[in-house]
Amino acid sequence: MNRVASAPGRRMAREKQTVGGRVTGFLGELLITLGIVLMLYVVWELWWTNIDSANAQKEVTQNLVQDLGDVVIPEEGVEEEEDIDYGPAPTAEAAPGDTFGIMYFPTFGKDGTHHPVSYGVQSSVIDNLGIGYYPNTQLPGEKGNFAVAAHRQTHGQVFWDIDKLDNGDHVYLQTKEGYYTYTWFDTEIVAPSNGDVLLPTPHQWGVEPTESILTMTSCHPPFSTRERIIAYSELTDWRPLDAGPPKEIRELVADATS
Amino acid sequence: MYAWIFRNLPGPVWLRIIEALILIAAVVLLLMVYVFPWLSQYSPFTDSTIGQITL
Repeated sequence: MNRVASAPGRRMAREKQTVGGRVTGFLGELLITLGIVLMLYVVWELWWTNIDSANAQKEVTQNLVQDLGDVVIPEEGVEEEEDIDYGPAPTAEAAPGDTFGIMYFPTFGKDGTHHPVSYGVQSSVIDNLGIGYYPNTQLPGEKGNFAVAAHRQTHGQVFWDIDKLDNGDHVYLQTKEGYYTYTWFDTEIVAPSNGDVLLPTPHQWGVEPTESILTMTSCHPPFSTRERIIAYSELTDWRPLDAGPPKEIRELVADATS
Repeated sequence: MYAWIFRNLPGPVWLRIIEALILIAAVVLLLMVYVFPWLSQYSPFTDSTIGQITL
């Protein structure tokens, strides 16, 4: 009853709309749509990219783990044999397109995190694959600067906790050459154009490097690209894969390679 | 525009509401999976690398 009565009324109201009114209404709808799409973009950037990145990282990590072969993880409670010197760290190999390592951050997040490391810092790498290695910088184990980049927020927010690295904190790298232990020693904030942090001896042109260091770069402050945060760590230990992971990351390695 | 689309969906009102929701979901998915990843390469908001130097 109601519907029959109101239908002609509604149609009349529509016919009364002027052309100008219709154009205005259409433009209004377009603007509202644009607003909603922009909000959706923010949702995509802050939330969806993390899910995409987590899936892609998991996949490349699993592929790498297959190449690494059986990972030896000592039984729970087995004491670490201290002070075994496995000799100098060999230089890791990395070729364009490779995912060649897994980095472990026991101090990141609640219980530590791990992310794959791939060759290159273009967006196809760091938007989805976790950590990217700057080509033209040195390789792990080599004297000089092994430099990597990752997102601070969005796309997996891999280096979210980079500013919390402190004295005595370790960052580990697992490649097919073994486990590299890096110990944090400095963090600085620089301008985005300040590429000389990637030099073999950071900030110093033409200075022959004497140490192997790891340089991690990311955005600063979070949710901005105004500056870059740079965290430096020094290679302090290495052990072959057969020796099993260092005690601090046993659980993380088990998690990554299971 | 949206009123026109809604009027031209087939079926009774309850079905048209479901159809409209499916259309919205499809558009959102299209944006999330294809449009935004493409758009983001032009976005300056998340660059976390540092000026590359040629060695």
